[in-house]
Amino acid sequence: MTIETNIRTGLDGAEVERIRSDFPILGRTVNGHPLVYLDSGATSQKPRQVIDVERAYYETTNSAVHRGAHTLAGEATELFEAARATVAGFVGAGEDEIVWTSNATEGINLIAYGMSNTSLGRGGAAAERFRLGAGDEIVVTELEHHANLVPWQELAFRTGATLRVIGLDDDGAIRLDEAAEVIGETTRVVAFSHVSNVLGAVNPVAELTALAHAVGALVVLDACQSAPHLPLDLHALEVDFAVFSGHKMLAPTGIGVLYGRSELLNALPPFLTGGSMITTVGLTESEFLPAPLRFEAGTQRVSQAIALAAAVDYLGAVGMDRIELWEAELGRRLVDGLTGIPGVRVLGPAAGAERVGLASFVVDGVHAHDVGQFLDDRGIAVRVGHHCAQPVHRRFGVTATTRASGYLYTTPDEIDLAVQAVADSRRFFGVV
Amino acid sequence: MASRELESMYQQVILDHAKQKHGFGLRDGASGSSHQINPTCGDEVTLRVHRASDGSIESISWEGQGCSISTASASVLNDLVHELSDAEATARIQAFRELMQSKGAIEGDEELLGDAVALGGVSRYVTRIKCAMLPWVAFEAALAS
Ligand SMILES: Cc1ncc(COP(=O)(O)O)c(C=O)c1O
Repeated sequence: MTIETNIRTGLDGAEVERIRSDFPILGRTVNGHPLVYLDSGATSQKPRQVIDVERAYYETTNSAVHRGAHTLAGEATELFEAARATVAGFVGAGEDEIVWTSNATEGINLIAYGMSNTSLGRGGAAAERFRLGAGDEIVVTELEHHANLVPWQELAFRTGATLRVIGLDDDGAIRLDEAAEVIGETTRVVAFSHVSNVLGAVNPVAELTALAHAVGALVVLDACQSAPHLPLDLHALEVDFAVFSGHKMLAPTGIGVLYGRSELLNALPPFLTGGSMITTVGLTESEFLPAPLRFEAGTQRVSQAIALAAAVDYLGAVGMDRIELWEAELGRRLVDGLTGIPGVRVLGPAAGAERVGLASFVVDGVHAHDVGQFLDDRGIAVRVGHHCAQPVHRRFGVTATTRASGYLYTTPDEIDLAVQAVADSRRFFGVV
Repeated sequence: MASRELESMYQQVILDHAKQKHGFGLRDGASGSSHQINPTCGDEVTLRVHRASDGSIESISWEGQGCSISTASASVLNDLVHELSDAEATARIQAFRELMQSKGAIEGDEELLGDAVALGGVSRYVTRIKCAMLPWVAFEAALAS
């Protein structure tokens, strides 16, 4: 018997420096200071390896996919489908379970509109499990991004179903006791985030999924803040659907992923319809391709999909487990630093508790906008406002927070600069 | 340590207004009212116009949640509206809007805008002009309502 001695550790400083040199934008200055980019939760920066792949595609291969018979069309289609396989492998899914979307928002709307099309009678018997009506319930949590809340509100309005919400405890954890009460026989969908974009905690996917599946409800996972930051195995998580956005994980804007268990995707009626998603088109009705192409109507975002594959190759080469450890360290340093400043309150898990490399906080007497402006003056980019999650801000009695979020290219020194600037902002705005 | 640009946006007079909040606290007996939200940050202001018996503007009262720029902007506005006719008020709103759109190119007429000229530094920061405009937009709507 051999003993596994190869314990993986996080990144080290020298490696992060090497990684940083791959990101051209990190070399620029802002307001006379080197850029300190702490807004990766909103969108990540892009390495040369990804930018180059997109450029090379346009310089050598550009063509429409799944349409032409010429050489470029064939090559582009191969790259496009190989990208699908790469991304599927990265998140533990089958190739035919990966649907390209513009972003996570479109992915969630795709599911919601597929379900409302079922409710209007489309999709036949196979789609029966997606049909919603009065008496059915959709369940979300209080920490959801608007992208995983508003489409469900609208679906409820369209179908007559009821939207129910699982609350949070004072540390921002999803209340499993409440989940057990809310999720019941009438629950048809349970939609929640893997990692909150405001609180930074990793949510209890297994527990919520077990509660949902026990009553036959579908689980929709918003993986926007997990896919970029920790190893993700969708089959192991046993969720039914998941979504994420490429731009938060080193890829360009305009490309996202909807994952659905193969059997479900093949039963769900399409959302967008038109060219490329059909088999036979008559004048009054048409037949659709199987998933995933059924959901990819119109000319596709080829360069972006290929660039997303390059991005996950980049992340995979570094190692998602190591990125996760590095970011946990950054998160710890950030929260320790911030909580050490008088008058600063960090939302979410208390100092020392598990979180990703992200923290949203309030500075007593200084509005988030003003904190952000002061940091920007030193070249430090953070997000201010409600971060597209008004309900969770309301839950904690605030309208706006400042959020610092790091990534694999973020250094401890950058965290320290941000913490120092937050402390200095209190002096500048006269609260000390 | 802060840059000259930042110091010019957050002049002491602005920081003082942000703390003192002249006119803060909604009062009854308004002729018009408006609630405005900045959807990007969730900041909000509710502003009421109170009129004298001759129809001129007697005062405003307001409440809101916002950054120092939007709060100070409401406070300086409060100090500018007494005894104005609607036409005079509209001229001041227009002058302030021009100042905000000037990208730092104009100084602002102190006769017309009082302490609001100190908000001129905001016009260099595209992302913050909305903050400064928020109470003025509410004022404009409350006049019309
Ligand atoms: C948790 C979470 N869900 C959903 C989204 C929506 O992503 P996108 O705007 O790329 O569709 C985001 C990012 O903004 C997010 O952080």
